[in-house]
Amino acid sequence: MSPSEDTVQPKPYTVRFELEDEPGELLRALEPIAERGGNLLSVFHERGNVTPRGYIPVEVDLECPPDRFDAIVTELRETGVNVIQAGAERYGEEVTVLLVGDVIESDLSETLSSIESKADASVSDVSLSAPGGTSDVSSARLRLAAETGSTGAVVGAVREVADSKELRVVEPLTELEGSA
Amino acid sequence: MKLAVLGAGAVGRSVADLAAEYGHEVTALADSTSAAVDADGIDVAAALAQKEETRRVGSAAPADALDAEYDALVEATPTTLGDAEPGFGHVRAALEADRHVVLANKGPVAERYADLRELERDSEGSVMFEATVGGAIPVLSTVESYGPDSISAARGVLNGTANFVLSRMAAEGLGYEHVLAEAQDLGVAEADPSFDVNGTDAALKCVILANVLGDREYSLGDADVEGIAELPGNALELAAEDGRTIRLIGEATPDGVRVGPRLVPENGTLAVSGTRNIVQLETDHAGRLNLSGRGAGGPETATAVLADVNRLGN
Repeated sequence: MSPSEDTVQPKPYTVRFELEDEPGELLRALEPIAERGGNLLSVFHERGNVTPRGYIPVEVDLECPPDRFDAIVTELRETGVNVIQAGAERYGEEVTVLLVGDVIESDLSETLSSIESKADASVSDVSLSAPGGTSDVSSARLRLAAETGSTGAVVGAVREVADSKELRVVEPLTELEGSA
Repeated sequence: MKLAVLGAGAVGRSVADLAAEYGHEVTALADSTSAAVDADGIDVAAALAQKEETRRVGSAAPADALDAEYDALVEATPTTLGDAEPGFGHVRAALEADRHVVLANKGPVAERYADLRELERDSEGSVMFEATVGGAIPVLSTVESYGPDSISAARGVLNGTANFVLSRMAAEGLGYEHVLAEAQDLGVAEADPSFDVNGTDAALKCVILANVLGDREYSLGDADVEGIAELPGNALELAAEDGRTIRLIGEATPDGVRVGPRLVPENGTLAVSGTRNIVQLETDHAGRLNLSGRGAGGPETATAVLADVNRLGN
């Protein structure tokens, strides 16, 4: 088999994401997969299993040529789908951090995109608490999907971005996740 | 054994008070301005009563306690940083006289560990300091009995005041300043709580652990320390939404010493509440060991001091 044939050979992938419990959301999430050349194998829509914050987890098995998989995941994200895990290896772990300080005034969305680009991680969930508006200290909790074994590097990148914005980071004890 | 107790704060008083119960005799007790000395054993109750009334434990000068007849010096004066004086000078005097030393004072062990060990090598006496890490919890004797080489890291919640503040903030949804004021009213926090809430106290304990685990000599200046002051209540609320909470965690690992507020699972082992402390030891062959108990307080810390005295006696 020549290398060029190898790249077009479809491979199976699993994508996990979260959807809001509203009509049409599942269809909206599946469209980019088909449009980018993915072949849906199965869709597991866990309607009875709502996450604490009210989202519905979905697991999709699909087949596509490896060179198209990243495009599919990017397209999903751009559609606003909260991708938790994509592929066999990518984003196998999650890490949660807190940011404390002028979270809003220091431009939260810019903070999030800096973290994503620096850390090669995906922000899968954000929860913000700002009881005093922008005049008081606010906090944000971020859940980051990271590649297996890279949570230490992800936390390091978060710290770097937070330092540049004079935000405090409350880090997890990553080595204890799941075992403490 | 005959004990000379230096320092008549909560720990020193408790050691003097409980010594007889452990079969030991107090031949000297000193605070910063006075001392009671008697080679046949002082009347501890009378000295402590006198301290209540006159703020002096006896009619002798504090320095006389160091010259008294004793087998082990119990150093329970307040922890000082930098050169760790006058505590370190007391330890030096005792070791140079070939006596044992039991420390409740963290200064000499955290700030001048190599100097301390050098003095010990030249002396007939030994230095013990179980009480400096985790109060009544037998952390250092466990490290000692497992062998420091077989323990790769230690971490834990090592300051009761900070832990009390964080657990009350999480449980009651209250702000830092409010809870701290309450802790001061309850006597859990000192009038000046900065040593506890800025992480210094936990860091000193981790520095001592790192010194005992022994890759190199550490002091407070080598530690990466962040406290809990000014943490907003909403940070704890956000953590709780996700099944987590915040604890002031100290770590002594081969990478160094680090103290700071960290996210931990809400129902996990490290999320001890109130003034309880916990230390986790990572052993090479036996996994993780959790040691938990009362990390501070007069009788609790005195228990650790007297356990050291008993080990010296054997």
